[in-house]
Formats: sequence, C-alpha cells, structure tokens
Amino acid sequence: MTAVASRREFLASSGLVIGLALPIGRAAAAAAPAEGAPFAPNAFVRIAADNTVTVVIKHVEFGQGPATGLTTIVADELDADWGQMRIAFAPANDPLYRNLMFGTMGTGGSTAIANSWMQLRNAGAAARAMLVEAAAKRWKVPAAEVKVSKGVVSHGRNTASFGELAADAALLPVPQKPVLKTPDQFTLIGTDVPKIDSVAKSNGTAVFTMDVSRPNMVNAAILHPPAFGGTVRSVDKQAALAVPGVVAVEAIPSGVVVYAKDTFAAMRGRAALKVEWDLAKAETRSGDDLIKVYKAAAATPGKQAEAKGDAAGALAGAAKTIEATYVFPFLAHAPMEPMDAVIELRGGKADVWMGSQFQVGDMRAMAKALGIPFEGVTLHEQYAGGSFGRRATPDQDFATEAALAAKAHPQAPVKFVWTRENDIRGGRYRPLVVHQLKGGIDAKGDIIGWDQVVAAQSFLANTPMAALGVKDGIDESIVEGAARSSYAWPNYRIGCHVMENGVPTLWWRSVGNTHTAFAVETFLDELLALGGKDAVKGRIALMKEDRARGVLTRVAELADWGRKPAEGRAYGVAMHKSFGSYVAQVAEVSKGADGLPKVHKIWVAVDCGIAVNPNVIRAQMEGGIGYGLGHALYAELVLGEGGRIAQGNFDTYRSLRIGEMPEVEVAIIKSNANPTGVGEPGLPPLAPAVANAWRALTGKAVRRLPFAHGENA
Amino acid sequence: MAIEFLLNGTTTSFDGDPDTPLLWVLRDHLKLTGTKYGCGIAQCGACTVHLDGKNRRSCVTPVGTIAGRKVTTIEGVAGKTAEAVKTAWVAIDVPQCGFCQSGQVMSAISLLSAKPKPSDDDIDHGMAGNLCRCATYVRIRQAIHDAAKTLEKTA
Repeated sequence: MTAVASRREFLASSGLVIGLALPIGRAAAAAAPAEGAPFAPNAFVRIAADNTVTVVIKHVEFGQGPATGLTTIVADELDADWGQMRIAFAPANDPLYRNLMFGTMGTGGSTAIANSWMQLRNAGAAARAMLVEAAAKRWKVPAAEVKVSKGVVSHGRNTASFGELAADAALLPVPQKPVLKTPDQFTLIGTDVPKIDSVAKSNGTAVFTMDVSRPNMVNAAILHPPAFGGTVRSVDKQAALAVPGVVAVEAIPSGVVVYAKDTFAAMRGRAALKVEWDLAKAETRSGDDLIKVYKAAAATPGKQAEAKGDAAGALAGAAKTIEATYVFPFLAHAPMEPMDAVIELRGGKADVWMGSQFQVGDMRAMAKALGIPFEGVTLHEQYAGGSFGRRATPDQDFATEAALAAKAHPQAPVKFVWTRENDIRGGRYRPLVVHQLKGGIDAKGDIIGWDQVVAAQSFLANTPMAALGVKDGIDESIVEGAARSSYAWPNYRIGCHVMENGVPTLWWRSVGNTHTAFAVETFLDELLALGGKDAVKGRIALMKEDRARGVLTRVAELADWGRKPAEGRAYGVAMHKSFGSYVAQVAEVSKGADGLPKVHKIWVAVDCGIAVNPNVIRAQMEGGIGYGLGHALYAELVLGEGGRIAQGNFDTYRSLRIGEMPEVEVAIIKSNANPTGVGEPGLPPLAPAVANAWRALTGKAVRRLPFAHGENA
Repeated sequence: MAIEFLLNGTTTSFDGDPDTPLLWVLRDHLKLTGTKYGCGIAQCGACTVHLDGKNRRSCVTPVGTIAGRKVTTIEGVAGKTAEAVKTAWVAIDVPQCGFCQSGQVMSAISLLSAKPKPSDDDIDHGMAGNLCRCATYVRIRQAIHDAAKTLEKTA
C-alpha cells in the first residue's frame, strides 16, 4: 500500500466528510455562469445560451495542468469544440467536489486526473446524450441518428449548436449511465490540446490570489518567531505604528501581524517591530545535532515495514557487501507565489480568495478560527503560483493563520501575504532523512541481501490526518518507494524509525519517494556494478512488473544505452514507480566549472496509463526534472545555532536557473490502462540517475544531498 | 511632492514615499498586477519591467529614482517583438503555474530586442535572472528561438 492509498483510505472514512455537504442546488448556483439559463446537467458541466461550455474544476490549478486535463475529458465525451470550452473553479463543497480518492476536496498524490477520469467522462457523456435527445425531439428524428462533432449537433441538413439546444436539454432527465466512448473514439484525449490558461499566463492577465483587491483593503505582513515552537512574549508596537502607512499591529498565536495601506509599509512596519519571544519550548538544536541523532537511530533495525526471507543471514553469508549512510536535508517548497489569502469579513460571514489545495479543510479551519459556521465562509478559488505540496497541510496551518490575522483586524478586508523569508523559514519542509543501507552479492554477482533503515519525522502525526500517519511505529510516507519497491530482492528488510523534533515538516513533490528513490536507485547501481552487471539489464532481471521493465527498456532504447559517452561525460540510469506511474530516466553528465555535475540531457520514458494530454505529460516530466535537479544540486535548509534557519531567500536557497536546465526528451508508453498522475512521478528518478552518472564519471558515490554540500566532489 | 513617470505610454504620478519600490506602486497603488513579487531582493525576476526599454527589477527600484522615465509593464508592452514572444509562449504552452511568466516574457523581449538571433548561451545569460520554480526552462528556450525565427521572417 502506498501513502496515497492510505491517505485515500483514511480520508474516505474520516469524519472530515460527515455533515459538511452543502445542498447541491447552492453549489450548482455558485458555480454557474451568471447570465442566461444554462444547461447544468450535473456538478461539472454548464452549457450557456452563448454556446460556451464551462467545466467546473474541483482541483487547484498550480501549473500541473488539471484545468486543461479535466476540461479535455469532458470536452471529449461531449464532442465539444475546444474553442468553446471555459473553466470555473469549484466552490468548497464536499461531497460534490470531493477527490474520490480522498473523500474530501483536495489535490495531491498526483490524483487529479486519476480520480476524476470516470466521473468527468460520465459528466460529459450525460450532457451529450441530453443534447442529442433535445435535437432528436426538435427534429423529430431517432436519437440514434443524431451526430455530434466539434460542438455541432446534426442530422442530415439540420444542425444546432450546444447553446441553441441548451434550454431544451435542460428539461430532460439526466441519464444515470450514459454510454461512454471506447478509447478509439477519443478525439481530444491523447492529443496535445492547447492549455486553457496559456494565453492569460503569458500576457499578465491571469489572476492569482496576490492580485486580488477589495475596496478599503489593507495589506498585512507577519513576523514569525526566530525558531520553531517559539511564541510571542511581548510586543512593543510603537516603532512599527510610527511607520507611515501602518494602521495596526496585532499579535496572533503564530506571530505578530502588521497592517498597512500598502505592502511596502507593511514590510517596513514589520522590520521596525520590537518583539520579545518566548523560546522556552522552541526547537533549538542545530541540523548537525539532529543528523547525529538520526544516524544513531538508523544504525539500529527500527520497526519492520517490509521483509522477505532472511536479509541478515544472506548478508552474513555474502561474498561481497557494501554499507552506506545517506543524508537528505530539510527542503522548502518555495512556490513562486508565496502563501497568501485575501479575507473579507462582513455580517458574520467571510469571503476568502485563495489558491487552496484542501478547499473544504482550509475553509473549515478558517471558519473555526473566525468563530463562524462553515456555511458562512465562501471560497473564491484562484490560480495558485506553484505549490509542490506546500498549499496542502493536514492541520491547515496557513489557513488558520490567515484567518486569525483577518479576525484581529475585522474592520477592513485583509490581504495577507507571506514574504519569501516567511516562506523559506516557515517550516513545513521536506523532512530531514537518514538512510542506512547494507547490501550483499554472492559469488556470481547476484544480489542476495538488502537491508535498509529509514529515519525521518512523520508529518501526519499529531494532525487531523494522524490516523494515516504512524501505525505500529511505521509511517508509510517515510518508507514508500523503499518498501513496496519495484524490485524482487530474494532476502530483504526495510526498517523505519519515526523521529521527533520541533521542525514542522510536510509532503513535498513526490513525498517519501524524494529520498527513497535516491537511496534505492544509487545503492542498487553500486551493487550491480560490484557484481559486474549492466545497470539496465541488472535492474530488469530484478523487476517484478512489466510496466517497470517497459519504461526502463524504452528509455534504454531512447538513450541508446551502452554506447560510449563523449570524452568527459558519463551516463546514469534510474527507474522509480510512484503514484501508480512508472518513470525511467537516463542522465548525461559532465563535471561543471563549479565542480558540480553539469547535466546535459535527460531521456525519459513514462507510463501513466492513457495519456490524456501528452504535451502536459511532457511538461510535467520537464518540470519534475528541473525541480528535482535544482534541489539535488543546490538546496538545503540548515538549522544553525539555536535552531535558526540559515537560509532566507533565493540568494541562499539556491534554485535551478535556465543555464543549468538539461535538454529533456520524453517517450510516453502507449497504454489503455486508466490514467495515473504525472505531477510528481517525474522527480524521483532524476537525482539518482544524475548521481549514478556522477559515480560513473568520478568514481565517487553520492551519499549526501545536495551535491553542493561538498562531500561529493 | 508627487513623482511623475511615463507608464505604458501614459503620464502617471505617485504621491507617496519615494522609497517605495516601483513593484508596490504598480501592484498596490496602480493595480497593475501582472508584475509579480517573488523575492523582493532582485533574485527571481518575477517583477521584471522595462525602464527606458531595458530590464529592471521593480522590487529594488525606488519609485523616487524613476521620475521622468519610461516604464513598461507586461500590461503595456507592445510591438513586433512583444507579439512574437507572447505568441511563441502560447504556441508551445510555456507556462505551468504562470506566476513568473510576466517577468520571463519581459526579459525575453529585452533579450530579443538586443540580440535578434540569440544563441543558447545568449539565452542562458539573458534569462539567468528569471527563476521558474516549475522549471519551464526547456520551453522558455524553445519559445525564444521560435520568436526569433518569426521576427526574422517578418523583418
């Protein structure tokens, strides 16, 4: 079972869902276009008299493509013309817009397309059947003879647009089991449909939360405690209030908020704050202190997450063994648009503008913080400027903080925006992780024993999602990708240590796979080399699934694996399955002028079932590679003395720049399997493929990320 | 005293603290929100505008220093090069989250204005100041080459 599966299981049975449903009529009205009497056969499709078709998007759009992908699914079953398609973001409404794999509204685990696939096909097909029926009645012909193509309904010489039929169709009963297309009938699915938001995102007109403005709005900035777990002891407001434009200063549980007439004044006021912090309960250990504790833990077996055969016995009898300790740093998500929300309170109700990733959970948290009923909170979902997991937190930390900031200054709408420093130092990091591995081969060079222990925090423990966190001392999101891996070791054991410290952590693009793929794929590479095996053939021999073998075989063809690299260059390969999708990559690497890997090209093979939009899939592979590479090469958050985060902005939390981005070539495996996600799975194999190439080039195994940490050169 | 400058071809004045970064004058006071905040220290380029036709990080440009000068934002940028860049951006779906793209587009227009046929190295240098956390860099590079080809054909 993967973490996603357990997340689903929990959420599906969770109390989060119970008693929160709004009447369907209200949600439909909220999502419907304002004018005309649109045809709204279900929660997802709105056809207006002006012939536009609006798809209600239940997932947050932060670049991974659901606005386009979900609209494509509806448009295809509807046989609409792509040009008539529009989108509207869904209101916060369970169960109407719940993620069917979670049980509540939410985006994560690369599930947007996967959970919506049948739901939206049915929604589109039902609307189509009703349009056909309306046309058949109007023309007095059999419905079976009516055709629909590119938004035109026709029979012989009779033609009608969807808009012309909408009013009649709206009067018909909604078919519960409409006939769906067979894959060979798809016209848009499987094609590079242009992204629905590219124009607005290329000319500056796309609206993000940060762009929302309300009459008489104030801009708010927050100062957080200097160490995690700190609290406000006292605030001297005078200096901040003396800054021109500052209108108020208020302490809330997570920090001190400055309200001002513009952002600059809010930032200046914040800089002028004099706060005495209570750090008695704060995490004040340094990163080095924590790593020592983690290493000591990982040297012991931990709780058994998965095992087969007798790993210890096999290792004791092995012809050759290797041992390795891996260290992975805390990482920030650092989406380009920092966390933000606009909140307007009036008459015991709240309007919220936000790119929420857990729409219902966030609005519930806000309602609780504001002391008003959930029904009184209206979410106006916005485009989000990136997330990588950050905008979804099990305990709704940001939603709560933003609501408390608004509540403390109820006399005006509040635009609450984190600065980049708030973001980098704000916690909710990819956890610090230590892996301890032992592997052994026999005299023939075959791997006979594998022992892997993982030590990391659980970000689900002590949250409303704790039920899917630690079970019997094991958190699946810590070991996923090491446990339940794609390889059939004859004897193996995966151990887990759930560590505790005061640094708040969170899922981060591909969750546990961010580190398990690296440890497994680099250590495996070394063991295969030790046994004289080829990195591709050796992996294929150990693989349990055809789809894993399929992507690895395809990427080997694509990269012409086995050819001699150019002078000063080397190749490395890795394969990892995550969130139901299989991705294999080959990296071509040389040594850059800075002593770090220079990655020239990445070849990718991906199997994500039916490819709804190959262009978006390629884009997500490119994005996963760039995001993965930037962090693997440069990024780490270092807890310095007193537990203070040494980094604060993009000058110290280094991000990939264009000159460091490799060329990317993607092959998508043809499949009739139901679609799985692509937002995360492109990332896990990247860093190990680069590290394997680096070892081939330099002889140096990479045990600590980022590469720039200095132990790898 | 109010500070006057030419914004997207229109004389505009700002009556406030001259230390206020141009970014916040544009966003908070003039409601031109296409120009984005990403770091506040000229590290990410999301706030890129053109000052007298050249790239400028508006987050570190006090409005008091631009009196009488010409500011162009994503909302006002026009002409053959701008159209070629925006068209190329859409044609290959460069944006993912889109938040950095106004700055990317502004920098690309600057680059092509200075170097109509940029090499990959020119692009690496000309676009080095613009971060994209979604890593749309492969497509940014391609779109700049595509725009250059379009401009060459219509020259």
